[in-house]
Amino acid sequence: MNNLILMPVIWPLLTGIILIFLVKQVRLQKIISMLSSLIAIGISVTVVYQVSQSGSGMLTLAVGSWQAPFGIIIVADMLASLLVLTTTVIGSAVLFYSFNAIGKEREQFYYYPVLQFLLVGVNGAFLTGDIFNLFVFFEVMLMASYVLLVLGGTKKQLRESLKYVIVNVLASAFFVITVAYLYSIVGTLNMAQVGERVAEVNQPGILSVIAISFLVVFGTKGAIFPLYFWLPGAYNAPPIPVMALLGALLTKVGIYSIFRTYTLIFYHDQSFTHTILGVLGLLTIIVGITGALAYWDVKKIIIYNVVIAVGVISFGISLMNVPALTGSIFYLIHDMLIKAALFLLIGIMIKVSGTSDLRKMGGLIQLYPAIAWTFFIAAISLAGIPPFSGFAGKLLILRGAVEAEAYFGLAIILLSSLMVLYSVFRIFMYGFWGKSNPSLSKVNVTKLFIPAVILVVLSVLYGLGTEEIYPYISQAVEILLSPEIYINAVLKE
Amino acid sequence: MEILMAFVIGILFTCATYLMLSKSILRIIIGTGLLSHGAHLLLLTMGGLKKGAVPLLTEEAASYVDPLPQALILTAIVISFGVTAFLLVLAYRAYQELGTDDMERLKGNDVNE
Repeated sequence: MNNLILMPVIWPLLTGIILIFLVKQVRLQKIISMLSSLIAIGISVTVVYQVSQSGSGMLTLAVGSWQAPFGIIIVADMLASLLVLTTTVIGSAVLFYSFNAIGKEREQFYYYPVLQFLLVGVNGAFLTGDIFNLFVFFEVMLMASYVLLVLGGTKKQLRESLKYVIVNVLASAFFVITVAYLYSIVGTLNMAQVGERVAEVNQPGILSVIAISFLVVFGTKGAIFPLYFWLPGAYNAPPIPVMALLGALLTKVGIYSIFRTYTLIFYHDQSFTHTILGVLGLLTIIVGITGALAYWDVKKIIIYNVVIAVGVISFGISLMNVPALTGSIFYLIHDMLIKAALFLLIGIMIKVSGTSDLRKMGGLIQLYPAIAWTFFIAAISLAGIPPFSGFAGKLLILRGAVEAEAYFGLAIILLSSLMVLYSVFRIFMYGFWGKSNPSLSKVNVTKLFIPAVILVVLSVLYGLGTEEIYPYISQAVEILLSPEIYINAVLKE
Repeated sequence: MEILMAFVIGILFTCATYLMLSKSILRIIIGTGLLSHGAHLLLLTMGGLKKGAVPLLTEEAASYVDPLPQALILTAIVISFGVTAFLLVLAYRAYQELGTDDMERLKGNDVNE
């Protein structure tokens, strides 16, 4: 049964392959991908359960029975399996949303198979225990995202995906270069063994250089200042469901990789590497806020909120103490859920009002009260108002900042929450309140609304059930803060 | 030998950077090609260039060259081949639709869309 932890990768892969053959039968594609995504949720829940029950706190699988440093190892610790579960849930919600939002001309040209391949890449990147394998899963994910971004072929999509592809080709080449340097120094690619060997030599200067190179690579994927420049344009181009997928999942894979490398491998020279990460995190928050406040376009506002969250989580990682890491993981999962929900909700707003410009919207609450109040809840969750999901994560990050005496960072995070609240409430006040456009008539958007509501309800439950979720997250943090557990579980079995 | 390779790879990276900063899309794609050449040669070089037999067991030599970087390069080559093919077709489509290959003229103008 140990093979189970590979199932989050295999299952969407098989589904995607089957869907390729059914590309003209849209109805059949929908049924199959719907069933498959429900089963995938079951699989990931089982993985989380099994990992929580396992003695060492993590499950490993040597692919092809080639033992640890020599073969590829799949490692499911609590962080990875929770992220896989979140990814699967978001993937399913976006899938249901796509049924009514994406349109026949895209559905007949491999939209659903490519969506499954994107999930393969993301889940694989979370679960792998090998650096080069991480690169390969990154490419799987990126290739799928290129196709999703350009599918449909409008002028805007063509223009923006050219830029997106070129930036990612550059970042991928940099990833290969960094792996080459790392291999020449430690002579292995297995993350646990890399971690062990770096600990043996106590991270001399050259390894700190490689750590910063990894930060550049993953920072480009995850949109950290000053490498976020490609994100606002690229995420603005595709249709809403694709935007939700990219916004909720792609940058978070970069963040997860920083989590892994900076806690498992490069943690010996924290005053250098982690300080840089923390400072860049805070600058990321500042540019994100600037963007979120500057625009009247609802898409742009949410896109810059993605950047802000990346900054908050990076700052949390850089503190490297128990409350800050716990908070970062809480915030990471919350942010994936709520960003997907917000993108889906503004998609509905854009559909019913026919514009994404806030100055031309208004009064939607009279026609769509349910959507308005759902958006209201999502907005206050995003800002971190107490009973909701953003609160626990930010509170713990702030506690970590007090413990590490990083008061400047603490002030910026608190201020950023205020600005986030202002930026999303601007959407609420200008979009839902005010005078409505008399030419608007009610459109039936129930089918689009359901997946968005499910995500918001999940994030509310996530906020209310902090107490129940806490043991799982602290299990994840335990491994992050004592990498010996990870190394022993992978190498010594 | 490694030092010579380091210089050559450095020159490749320089050319790639220069080309990727130019205006024409085709020059940028040639730049990405040179960049991936450089990255692959770097993988080979950093794996070590000590003399040894080709990694075939039938050679029955005393020592072999490291087989792992070669497998990594092979993987990286096909990936960058796939991405480059996609990028070329994307550039072709963009040229057909947008009527320009000048990156400067591909600026976003959301107001008119």
